[in-house]
Amino acid sequence: MSSLIPPPGRGGSSIDDNPSESEPPLGSGDAETSLTDGTQLPEGQAGNGSASRVDRAENAIELKEVEGRSQGAIVMRRFLRHRGAMISLAILVFIILVSLSSEGLDLLGIRVHGWWEWTWTDLASIQNAGRPTLSLIPEWLGGAGIRWGDHPFGQDSLGRDVFAEVMRGSQQSLMIVFVVGILCTIIGVVVGAVAGYFRGWVDSVLMRLTDVVLIIPLIVLTATLAHTYGASGSIVVAVVLALASWPQLARLVRGDVLGLREREFVDAARVAGASSGRIMFVHILPNAIGVIVVNTTLVMAATILTEAALGFLGFGVQPPDVSLGSIVFQYENAFDTRPWLFFSPTIFVVIIALTVNFIGDGLRDAFDPRQKRALNKAARKSAAAARAKASVRTQ
Amino acid sequence: MLTFLTRRIVVSVLVLLAASFLVYMLAANSGDPLSALRTSTSPNKAAELHQRSLQLHLNIPAPVRYFYWLWGVIQGIGGHLDLGTSVTGQPVTSMLSSAVGVTVQLLTASFILAIIFGVLIGITSALRQYSGYDYSVTFLAFLFFSLPSFFVAVILKAYVGIAFNNFLQDPTIATWLLIGLPLLSGLIWQGILGGDARKRLLTFAIAAVVTFGVLFYISATHWLNNPSLGLPVILVLGLGLGLLVVVLTTGIENRKSLYTAVVVVAIGALAYFGFDAISRSLNVWSVLGLGVVAIGVGVLVGYLFAGPDRWLSARTGGITALLVGGLIVVDRFMQDWQLYATQVVSGRPIATVGAATPNLSDVTHSFWIQGLDSFTHLLLPTLSLMLISLAGYSRYSRANLLDVLNQDYIRTARAKGLNERTVIMRHAFRNALIPLTTVIAFDIGALVGGAIITETVFAWSGMGVLFNNALQQTDVNALMGYFIVTGVIIVIFNIVADLLYSVLDPRIRVAV
Repeated sequence: MSSLIPPPGRGGSSIDDNPSESEPPLGSGDAETSLTDGTQLPEGQAGNGSASRVDRAENAIELKEVEGRSQGAIVMRRFLRHRGAMISLAILVFIILVSLSSEGLDLLGIRVHGWWEWTWTDLASIQNAGRPTLSLIPEWLGGAGIRWGDHPFGQDSLGRDVFAEVMRGSQQSLMIVFVVGILCTIIGVVVGAVAGYFRGWVDSVLMRLTDVVLIIPLIVLTATLAHTYGASGSIVVAVVLALASWPQLARLVRGDVLGLREREFVDAARVAGASSGRIMFVHILPNAIGVIVVNTTLVMAATILTEAALGFLGFGVQPPDVSLGSIVFQYENAFDTRPWLFFSPTIFVVIIALTVNFIGDGLRDAFDPRQKRALNKAARKSAAAARAKASVRTQ
Repeated sequence: MLTFLTRRIVVSVLVLLAASFLVYMLAANSGDPLSALRTSTSPNKAAELHQRSLQLHLNIPAPVRYFYWLWGVIQGIGGHLDLGTSVTGQPVTSMLSSAVGVTVQLLTASFILAIIFGVLIGITSALRQYSGYDYSVTFLAFLFFSLPSFFVAVILKAYVGIAFNNFLQDPTIATWLLIGLPLLSGLIWQGILGGDARKRLLTFAIAAVVTFGVLFYISATHWLNNPSLGLPVILVLGLGLGLLVVVLTTGIENRKSLYTAVVVVAIGALAYFGFDAISRSLNVWSVLGLGVVAIGVGVLVGYLFAGPDRWLSARTGGITALLVGGLIVVDRFMQDWQLYATQVVSGRPIATVGAATPNLSDVTHSFWIQGLDSFTHLLLPTLSLMLISLAGYSRYSRANLLDVLNQDYIRTARAKGLNERTVIMRHAFRNALIPLTTVIAFDIGALVGGAIITETVFAWSGMGVLFNNALQQTDVNALMGYFIVTGVIIVIFNIVADLLYSVLDPRIRVAV
């Protein structure tokens, strides 16, 4: 996580010793035209007379929270406090660990076996008509007791273990998601930064290029590309998805950079003799980190769904390898007879997409200087008390 | 404005051209269009192969072939649109003409419903920020946001469509539903309306009792197999809707507006009998025409009531008239439901396959039966497309409204003594909708993509299935036909959104 946070003192203004500074505290807020009034920027209205004292009291908790901390530390703290994001992160890490350890690795010819007794290609003898042996209802509630069994997610008509397939599928889908995240960020940030920084014809050409990609519906572009090249492995599917999903990030980064390049610190850097590349990547982009991180997360959440949709249409990862989407496609016609073949992979798609979405939401809240949501009940109560006190004082 | 529009269109056409070249090259590169023919066992295979490759211009390289295709498109300006032939020898234009109608039907319905419900949910959850209702809506929105579209479609098909048809064999609502649903409805309503504990409890009780009564009636009379509203229900619902419109548009203290709504509902009740008499000879256009007439009558009533601002009550009248008219039309559809459900589809009305009952036009030409048929076929695909984009809209409109409510002009509006309704409806709500235009235009591409999945699941022979087949058979011309239609739709939506934005938000001036 820490690599996502800009080093202290670089990403926007750090407000520790300088409470009267009139700039918003966080980088992402600097860039957009602030739509809110001063009430939400805790340090921006110090000593604005008695009217603002109430507001200030309201924000007392938050003031305490940001005092003496760098921007990175504030964002980190807010993110760590976001309960939904933290739970989601834990679940996601758990899925990653289980999927990697249970099925092992099969990468670049290296084959490491995991702890699960079947692999996704093994044909086992069919037990109990392939029904899932997983049971979560305890016996005293009339269920079969909490047990795991030989084939927790069931088997298909050939005897393949669905748990093994789903774990391998999760590995592949997660790999695709992360590769898309990285590639998308690189392409989107470079295109957006160059377009926004140089403006003029460079901007026009790059933005028309993003328009061209945007006008082709995502699923059409990726399906056509994946249909052609997808057979050469799931990494290719990842590259294809990345090639189709960068434009939105590029547009957002461009918008941010357009605003940031007019700021004084950019002038200062230019006067000091910094090159365009240095200004772009060292001075401007750290201030756009919020937009980049948040939108990359959202792209990743969308990617898992797009991959599943591609797989469902039969254009994604091709056999013998499996991804979550391709498992669904493979067993599409078995829904009436063996519904678990449909549900097991789909539920994993939903869980992964949901967790990534929640993490994205947590990051957005963490990077947003205007958000107040982090206040819990106790904090809200003491804020109310502080407000009451302040209003008494003003009367 | 005109210069802006021209420039925008020219740029869009250029972008569309570049994109079409890209798609053409990708599609042409994706496989062998003659593979199906190559495996054929017919004796004149060689001759057929030769003829087909000539027909598809396969003897010339793909970049040049693109310009052949483009020339056919350009001829479309003169009225001779030629999109080439598919790998099976069919002209693409004729393949498209049936598919476009089917898909546009699906897209329009889900698009409009998603916007209406998304905005409604978003606005209510923003007004009840950080309440239990808000948190539940937020969680559900995230959940739907994270559902793959095929999942929703398959679940709806298996567990809503088929299960509901089974249920209709004996439409008695189970006891646990009879108790559970009213409690749920009570919970939701007290969450939306909010207030102190007393008001919440009252709302809960009223909503629960009303829901229970309606459900009990539906269950006891087997209403679902022979639904109808009848004049009394139309009157009650009409008055309720009229009151709602009055509360939202002008506030209950505007008496002229209130009287307008009541009079409009009364006229609607009279029109109910007249409509029943002529309804057999109506078609879709005359029904739409009558809708316009109804709005006109409503506006006239409101206008004649005069008052301090006569157009205000005219607006109330118009909206109320439209809603009451809608109720009457729904009632008319319901009258034919039993006939449709038992005669046409033999007791399983909710369709899970296809866009229409095959050969329906041989059986009946009745507008009402055909309308019901479209409705039952559209229901599940529309729901599945809607549920997914709805989640996004509800989040956007919630965030927008919260943003707007923090603005200075809202504080000014409150400070000068406007009541909360005026502040929300006139100052906040309208401005919160503005950024949504861009999002909606952006989203149409995703909706078009989502339709591919939905159509596949529900076996609609629309654009999505056409694309799917085209890609599998490397049918470049058919795929380009698909792309050009969707591309034009997306471009038009984007331009309209730009214009709308500049109209709605006077701060944005279109660059001349």
